[in-house]
Amino acid sequence: MMAFLEFRTISKSYPGVQALSDISFAVEKGVVHGLMGENGAGKSTLIRILSGDQSADTGSILIEGEEQNYRSARDAFHAGVIVIHQELQLVPELTVAENLWLGRFPGKAGIIDSRTLVETVRTKLEEIGIDVDPNAKVSTLSIGARQMVEIAKAVMLEARVIALDEPTSSLSSRESEILFSLIEKLKSNGTIILYVSHRLDEIFRLCDSLTVLRDGKLAAHHLKVADTTRDQIISEMVGREISNIWGWRERPLGDVRLDVRSLSGPKLRNPINFSVRKGEILGLFGLIGAGRSEMARLLYGADNRHQGSVSIDGVAISPNNPKAAINAGMVFCPEDRKFDGIVQGRSIEENITISSRRHFSPFGILSPKKEAALADRFIAKLRVRTPSRKQDIINLSGGNQQKVILGRGLSEQGVKVLVIDEPTRGIDVGAKSEIYEILYELAASGIAIIVISSELPEVMGISDRIIVMCQGRVAADIPRSDFDERNILTAALPDKNAAGTI
Amino acid sequence: MNSLKKILLGEQGLVVIFAAAFVIVSIFVPNFLSERNMLGLLQSVVTIGIVSCTMMFCLASRDFDLSVGSTVAFSGMIAVMVSNASGSILLGLLAALLAGGAVGLFNGVVIAKFRINALITTLATMQIVRGLALIASDGRAVGINDPNFYQLALSRIFTIPTPIWIMILLFIVFGFVLNRTVFGKNTLAIGGNPEASRLAGVNVVRMRIWIFALQGFVCAIAGILLASRITSGQPNAATGLELSVISACVLGGVSLAGGRAAMTGVIVGVLIMGIAENVMNLLNIQAFYQYVVRGCILLIAVLLDNLRSTAAGRGRV
Ligand SMILES: Nc1ncnc2c1ncn2[C@@H]1O[C@H](COP(=O)(O)OP(=O)(O)OP(=O)(O)O)[C@@H](O)[C@H]1O
Ligand SMILES: [Mg+2]
Repeated sequence: MMAFLEFRTISKSYPGVQALSDISFAVEKGVVHGLMGENGAGKSTLIRILSGDQSADTGSILIEGEEQNYRSARDAFHAGVIVIHQELQLVPELTVAENLWLGRFPGKAGIIDSRTLVETVRTKLEEIGIDVDPNAKVSTLSIGARQMVEIAKAVMLEARVIALDEPTSSLSSRESEILFSLIEKLKSNGTIILYVSHRLDEIFRLCDSLTVLRDGKLAAHHLKVADTTRDQIISEMVGREISNIWGWRERPLGDVRLDVRSLSGPKLRNPINFSVRKGEILGLFGLIGAGRSEMARLLYGADNRHQGSVSIDGVAISPNNPKAAINAGMVFCPEDRKFDGIVQGRSIEENITISSRRHFSPFGILSPKKEAALADRFIAKLRVRTPSRKQDIINLSGGNQQKVILGRGLSEQGVKVLVIDEPTRGIDVGAKSEIYEILYELAASGIAIIVISSELPEVMGISDRIIVMCQGRVAADIPRSDFDERNILTAALPDKNAAGTI
Repeated sequence: MNSLKKILLGEQGLVVIFAAAFVIVSIFVPNFLSERNMLGLLQSVVTIGIVSCTMMFCLASRDFDLSVGSTVAFSGMIAVMVSNASGSILLGLLAALLAGGAVGLFNGVVIAKFRINALITTLATMQIVRGLALIASDGRAVGINDPNFYQLALSRIFTIPTPIWIMILLFIVFGFVLNRTVFGKNTLAIGGNPEASRLAGVNVVRMRIWIFALQGFVCAIAGILLASRITSGQPNAATGLELSVISACVLGGVSLAGGRAAMTGVIVGVLIMGIAENVMNLLNIQAFYQYVVRGCILLIAVLLDNLRSTAAGRGRV
């Protein structure tokens, strides 16, 4: 069979970083091709080159044997290449339908034919099986729904090559299922799918062939994913064996550290009660929209609460004020790294030390040495891949940005409660197990930790106890000895009879 | 071509442009390099220079302040009227600083607490404060009674006029505040991403109020020095100052999208504005043309800002 898409000796460097060196491989028609590698290995860079967003220093891309020398995303788009980036690219203030038609609105003489606009999109969304209102503003949609809209856009444009950069990192399992069946459908139509993910399950389930990148170099190319094993891929990625990625161990638990009483807020109407003990890791599981993030934000004071109390070691913390929460010893790492996490335009160093720097700044005067030392410590501890701590955070790969945000929370002093929302989103297997180790270490020192995650294996792997949320309520509170995938999923589903469908 | 672009849009790009412009002007414009002209040039940028210090903070935190020109005139006016009425210059200066600070505080509270757009708010206060200055003086210039007041602007330390020293001092102070204090870094963080900063424990509302209050206060310093130099309180002083100041800042690499600023850049931006004006005066170019040139500089500044952020990868979402 002829190679449909081919990368030939692609290299790309940024100041201080060789992002890709001499990458060559080919993908056949009608195939889902996986792309794996550690954070910063160069996956997104390769995709950006494919999409014309960036140009390679050397090398070329061939589609159906034809060399492509497009210079912009628009050219790539005309060549039939559509990329769905790690960070979503929709216009938040436009409706779903408008976003899908953006750039080529239907109508005459500049007047938009809004009937066609909405109806075509409605039919298309129904056909694909995406349950989103075409008239809804994108800013009102969940991250998961936005992702589906992006994918619908690619389908509407009848792309020959669709590249998806970590598409499921923000999807619920149900949305992921829809995406997978969509991918199967596209594949049978002969479309090439390039699929970047850190999740091995997905790679084995979806991909026919696979390329592994490591430090910008081609580490392995598998024509048949079915012929390899997980362990083999992991060691190709990380360069070492990882036997047990969770590494959970029994820990002694202390007194109640965090106590939450009848907490409610605008998006969480039912009062919530629970507590977390010293040294305990509490996993919060639920489907997207179950209210987990809302609750975390209420705890921390990121959103305003209606009523209820949150206390640490018996002392109530004043509501609706993140700064007060930090002073009381609570640290929060938000879920949406682009909007709530990274401070664009500023260095990794400043991003790490933004909340903790006040501790070593007498009279508000910074001490650059201590700041640098702190930043370097977390860059090393979390293995952030960067030439220097002075690098603008926007230049880091997605997973490395996530590590910096984690470092920000971990670098705060006197932490008693750590609330982290999707801490390992977009983080590679190797780094994940290191982050878990750090969490165990923190827990062992008496910190109470709440981990929100949509990945059930992760929640089950690292938690001492799981609270399952469903439609804004606590649906179940399960100790580790009773962990059971089926029970947890059943509790998470709003319609209890539908448990079998996942 | 590419490396030239890199230099021009990089960190030191502006300094390079400035040095080149300075050399060219020194060679081709007679009298430019004389001591007298140099001091004159510096003196002419004192108002812009001083106000740029805090405008830098304002822009760096993604805000905007159009009311600075009016505040300068208003506080100059207050300084003169209060010293005349009370017979104490010190009292006059204090009143001016308070008045300027109060205008800034008002801006800050309205913008940060009530979440009104900064452009609109300061457009309003720009009119209100100018109006107050006109009402207080009945639209006329108010002369200074005590000649000691002139000494503020006329006195010299080591042959250099005091206002220039004050400007240099403020450059140093605010350069330090921006780079070496929590306040400065938090300002830049707010500009980079306000929500992320808030969640990281930065008190965004209070920071913004402080920045505006500081801006008003510094405008008062500029207003006092200006009144002293022109020996009177002029209700129409410093019209259009906001545009020159913003141009100087943007020219100096302060990003209008927030999050990026450097004191050295702003100083160079201020000097470029000053040199342009100075050269046009030396070459006897009619005042009307100077508006056109100033507008062009502003456009170039914004264009540079845009190119710079694309080069810095900010276009990449
Ligand atoms: N604009 C840029 N300027 C400087 N360095 C960059 C830039 N873009 C990417 N890099 C660097 O190139 C390397 C590859 O990044 P890339 O985003 O391709 O990684 P990735 O494999 O997608 O990682 P992740 O799994 O974290 O998303 C990283 O070290 C990153 O820091
Ligand atoms: Mg990536």
